[in-house]
Amino acid sequence: MIPGYVPFFVAIWLFLWGLYGIITSRHFVHLIVCVGLLQTSTYLLLAGIGYRAGGVAPVMVTTTHAHESVVDPIVQALMLTDVVVEATVMALLLAMAVQLYEKLGSADPQKTRVLRG
Amino acid sequence: MSDRARRIIFFVGALPLAALLVLACLRLPPSGRGGSSYGDVINGAAADERHAADAVTAVNFDYRAFDTLGEEFILFTSVMGVVLLLRRSSEDDTEDDTDDKSANRQAPPTSDAVRALGLALVGLTVSFGLYIVTHGQVSPGGGFQGGVIIATGWMVLYLAGNAQTYCRLASPSLFEAVEALGAASYALVGAGALVAGMAYLANYVPLGPTPSTVRSGGTIALLSVAVGIEVSAGFIVLISTFLKEALAERQDQ
Repeated sequence: MIPGYVPFFVAIWLFLWGLYGIITSRHFVHLIVCVGLLQTSTYLLLAGIGYRAGGVAPVMVTTTHAHESVVDPIVQALMLTDVVVEATVMALLLAMAVQLYEKLGSADPQKTRVLRG
Repeated sequence: MSDRARRIIFFVGALPLAALLVLACLRLPPSGRGGSSYGDVINGAAADERHAADAVTAVNFDYRAFDTLGEEFILFTSVMGVVLLLRRSSEDDTEDDTDDKSANRQAPPTSDAVRALGLALVGLTVSFGLYIVTHGQVSPGGGFQGGVIIATGWMVLYLAGNAQTYCRLASPSLFEAVEALGAASYALVGAGALVAGMAYLANYVPLGPTPSTVRSGGTIALLSVAVGIEVSAGFIVLISTFLKEALAERQDQ
């Protein structure tokens, strides 16, 4: 029973440590990498949900796949758009970090008045 | 707030959250026995109904094409956000002054080996990217993946040449226009279905031969190319914007 849940547990593990990194971060770039880590956990969760033991990729080159087990294409489609969109969103966050550093003179989120929690 | 207090508050919140997440995941079907019936329907239908062998691409650019329209505009707005945020207030730093000027060291000249290998790789990378963009309906691939590969070609160009050559060949204003063109053509291909009297983003183009080839899939192929144009131009804009920022920074010092 347990082996099937390992991908989900690893996803939770990554999610929580990403969150920990965001909360305790002392540098904007570190913070953004942690946001990336947090987002990576969703890929693992989605891939875990769609996987079938022994399943083949959802590419139907011939019609002989009908009796074979095929993994879920929906979660894969979600993931692949998200990977690319995440990269551009990370670039946007990094651009914000550059601007914040120029405006505030510090890359430490806890030293800046606007972000101090 | 002190670091210590932050960590204590984090763990107080995170441990119950972890427990709840684990409990929630235990109620999911275990990995290996997952998959949705919706996925099964699409796996069975994509090849016959849309002449697209790759069900993932069929989901992205046909069955759930409207979602991809949203994703695509997130990408578009993020790239525009980066360009806006990093636009220098003084646009007077002209293009011919963008040599790689490090504050504390002069960058070593690119070796001939790197230059030759890089130039050989540019063509290979871009054509591989084009292959991935155009064959999305036949094999794993499509506009998103292929677009990133094409943009990698420009990065290799930067490594093989110098920043000056790169900025000439990757002018952000040109690629911003190309990116907008890609985003607009996705929306317009979708609007073409309205002209044909069908729902927005419906597949109205002849589906082509089956089993699927590069000419199969109808609008799947068109939308994949539109996304490929947008993603590759978007990433090239990102790379050159950050590069320009870095070069300007070095000059200021």
